[in-house]
Amino acid sequence: MVSFNLLIVVCLIYVALLFLIAFVAERRAAASTAGWLRSPLVYTLSLSIYCTAWTFYGAVGYAARSGLEYVTIYLGPTIVMVGWWWILRKLVRIGRSQRITSVADLISSRYGKSNLLGVIVTLMAVIGTTPYIALQLQSVTLSFSVFARSGQNEWAPGDINATAIWVAAGLAVFTIIFGTRNLDANERHHGVVTAIAVEAVVKLLALLAVGLFVVWGLGAGPSEMLQRIDASPISEWALRPGRWVSLTFLSAAAFLTLPRMFQVMVVENADERHLTVAAWAFPLYLMLMSLFVVPIAVVGLDLMPKEANPDLFVLTLPLSQGRQGLAMFAFLGGFSSATSMVIVAAIALSTMVSNHIVMPLWLATARQGATKSGDVRRVVLLARRLSIAGILALGYAYFRFSGGGAALAAIGLISFTGVVQVLPAMLGGIFWRGATRWGAATGLLVGFGLWAYTLFLPSFGGDVVMSQAVLDNGPWGVGWLRPQALFGISGLDPVVHAVLWSMVFNVSAFCIGSLVSFPGPLERLQGAQVVNVFDHSESARGWVQGAAEAEDLLVMAQRILGADQAQGLFQAEAAAQGKAGYLPDPSPDFLQRLERELAGSVGGATAHAMVGQIVGGASVSVADLMAVASETAQMMEYSSQLEAKSVELARTARQLREANEKLTELSVQKDAFLSQISHELRTPMTSIRAFSEILCNEADLAAPDRSRYSAIIHDETIRLTRLLDDLLDLSVLENGQVELTLEPVWLKDVLDRAVSAAGVNEGECRLAIYRDTGAEKLEIMTDSDRLSQVFINLISNVRKYCTAPRPELHIKTRIRGGRLVIDFIDNGTGIPEKSQSVIFEKFSRLSDQRAAGGAGLGLAICREIINRLGGSISYVPGQGGAAFRVILPVWQADAA
Amino acid sequence: MKGKPPPLFLARENYRTRRIIDAARLLPVLGVLLIFLPMLWSAPMTSTGMIYLFSVWIGLIAVTGVLARKLDRSAMQTENEDRADPALSGGVQARTGRESD
Repeated sequence: MVSFNLLIVVCLIYVALLFLIAFVAERRAAASTAGWLRSPLVYTLSLSIYCTAWTFYGAVGYAARSGLEYVTIYLGPTIVMVGWWWILRKLVRIGRSQRITSVADLISSRYGKSNLLGVIVTLMAVIGTTPYIALQLQSVTLSFSVFARSGQNEWAPGDINATAIWVAAGLAVFTIIFGTRNLDANERHHGVVTAIAVEAVVKLLALLAVGLFVVWGLGAGPSEMLQRIDASPISEWALRPGRWVSLTFLSAAAFLTLPRMFQVMVVENADERHLTVAAWAFPLYLMLMSLFVVPIAVVGLDLMPKEANPDLFVLTLPLSQGRQGLAMFAFLGGFSSATSMVIVAAIALSTMVSNHIVMPLWLATARQGATKSGDVRRVVLLARRLSIAGILALGYAYFRFSGGGAALAAIGLISFTGVVQVLPAMLGGIFWRGATRWGAATGLLVGFGLWAYTLFLPSFGGDVVMSQAVLDNGPWGVGWLRPQALFGISGLDPVVHAVLWSMVFNVSAFCIGSLVSFPGPLERLQGAQVVNVFDHSESARGWVQGAAEAEDLLVMAQRILGADQAQGLFQAEAAAQGKAGYLPDPSPDFLQRLERELAGSVGGATAHAMVGQIVGGASVSVADLMAVASETAQMMEYSSQLEAKSVELARTARQLREANEKLTELSVQKDAFLSQISHELRTPMTSIRAFSEILCNEADLAAPDRSRYSAIIHDETIRLTRLLDDLLDLSVLENGQVELTLEPVWLKDVLDRAVSAAGVNEGECRLAIYRDTGAEKLEIMTDSDRLSQVFINLISNVRKYCTAPRPELHIKTRIRGGRLVIDFIDNGTGIPEKSQSVIFEKFSRLSDQRAAGGAGLGLAICREIINRLGGSISYVPGQGGAAFRVILPVWQADAA
Repeated sequence: MKGKPPPLFLARENYRTRRIIDAARLLPVLGVLLIFLPMLWSAPMTSTGMIYLFSVWIGLIAVTGVLARKLDRSAMQTENEDRADPALSGGVQARTGRESD
């Protein structure tokens, strides 16, 4: 006989061993020397927390009651694993690329970081998981009581409760120690995972050992066992298609949505390729776990007394056969199943509770406290620890409340049906971009509400939560609202009924809600990222631990701040930390300072994202990206303003340069002109002086000589006067002092006068003038004297400068665009391009031809006059000769 | 999605990979059919049912193992380079998120 105390000792040794394993694994992981910690085998074994005490003890009981139906619970997950390419691969990839920490986080992230959804899923998970935790506590206490009875110790009911409290407290301690050791960036717990992998091996071996003992020890091998099965009461079982299908579906769906399964399958996944091993290895594990269930049940029903609880055959069968060691092993197997489930479930739930309920509340109430990063870390850890304790306390309370009476399998199925309500939002979220937050929220609430109404609350029995009257006749006597026979469909199995209606309404509400609502921008971005995750993410291999973080930070900081400043900053920080060299520990304080420094150069959000990417190894979230984008937009706007200003500056500089060139040229011209004008003035002056001296000194001059000399003096004086007149004229025009006498005149008359005054037909050089006298019949309002002065100047310029052997002048008159245009085009060589810009300037003169006889003021005067008359004069290149265009406003074009 | 369009025909090796992916996708469907098959039996013996279900189970495990091993070797490496297979119209990528908003 195993004494009860020995059992306690073995149990404690086993627990101590688990602590040790978890501790060593944590140490190894921290030193990143343990490759096997991240092997596919450990991953596969960690998935085995699907097989809880419900499997270990409950499956045999289930088989004893309902025959082969228990395999549906394991065939569902098998199908999911076999179809890993469809869903699991995508879930794992999304989990990695979006840094998902829990199933609530997945739903919340996918629907635009909606905290509402996070809270809903968290609450659902807590409510759905609590009965399951109670179930584990119950199975552990039951197995203890089995040993206590066999040891002839009389157990009072108080002892059972005491055991449950001890177990719950021990689990809470273990989970708190290894589950909240650190706030790992990706919520991975190496110690816990390794411990549950060991437990997985223990429970599989224990169940196989009992099975082998039953088949070969108590029976006579497989063929005899098959005959015994057909002869046993179990073979009276008949397959119920409704339950068969819905239980397979339920277990498959629960496999994806159970918080603890999501934790080990997605969050703790270290490498996507582990899936390729788990895809076949985990179904194999499940198959082995279920292999001996029916034989154990059959033999148990055969050998055990009628009133024995079939849920405990795994323990009681070896005990009744006197196999104490085997019974002890089986007990440890059951203990492992229960504890591993509770530990992982508590970690998963505490993550959800702290991330989606406690932290938002804390941040909302203590706004100013969030600036210290150490604070947040402490609060998160505290919240997790309290949540773990709270969840286990809830499980214990449920255990006490329900009295531990119901069959294990029933509680498991109720719990499954509750968690499965997340499935539409989850699958819709990862495969359908049109799924929206409102769709997900309504689907979740409707499905969960129906689950509570049709399955959870009635499960307590009549008059506990729901009155018996409501259960029998529906609320207010409305028959078709009866909780277990909605819409008058009675006769269905309660589980099938609840699964059917909750899923139908959940999916409908989800689809309709998504179709009629419109997602926000963040939601659409997240949706696209999640649904098309294979387009956006590399298939990451393993988690790169940031061993060289400080160096990476230095490299980045040098790029942004410049080498000297960055090195100085790092060196000072390292010195402050008491380290030599340039690489300080990346403490939160230092990171914050560095971030502030960087923010000065690249903006706060960008700096945060850059530091976060190096330190956290994380991908940048959409919210970060949006902040970075807005910062960048501001910078771009600023730089485009700068650019516009610099373009303007360049334009101004060009204009200044042009003006300067013009000024320089004008100054040169002025100098040239001054020397010319002094020459011009000096020449007549010289002759006037010479001839007047002759007249003065030579008293006996002959009369013809005297009169000839006087005429010369007179002519020279006239020339001088003309020159001075021109200068005066120009200065008057330029200063705007000129008086214009505007009167209506015929253009033809003005031109006629100009042509005759210019002396076209005089001298040796005859100029042929071609005019369009018809077009010149225009009456204009102008100063006819001034206008003819311009025309005379233009025509006489042709006479002076036209080098053609037979000079010709074409005067073309026309109205264009409401203005009168008069072109003077000759057949000479024209004006060189470089001179075209200065011909209208004062003192400009293109040649030294003395024949010109002018002072270079003519065209300048012309321009001033035409400007006064409201028109313009310009040189038109490319007309075959020199071509001047005079444009005048048409005053009365219709009068022509 | 962007860049050059995917090639219309693939090298033999990639073609094999694609078909293995197809098989991996179809396998759960086959599994569901086989698991639901006993519902059509009339009054099955429990032992027969057990032998049938566990045979199906082992068969699924074996085939998944073979396919996953092949995929691990080839597909996981190449899937990022040439993902969209024109012949693979029923695939996850083709059927799901290509929404044009």
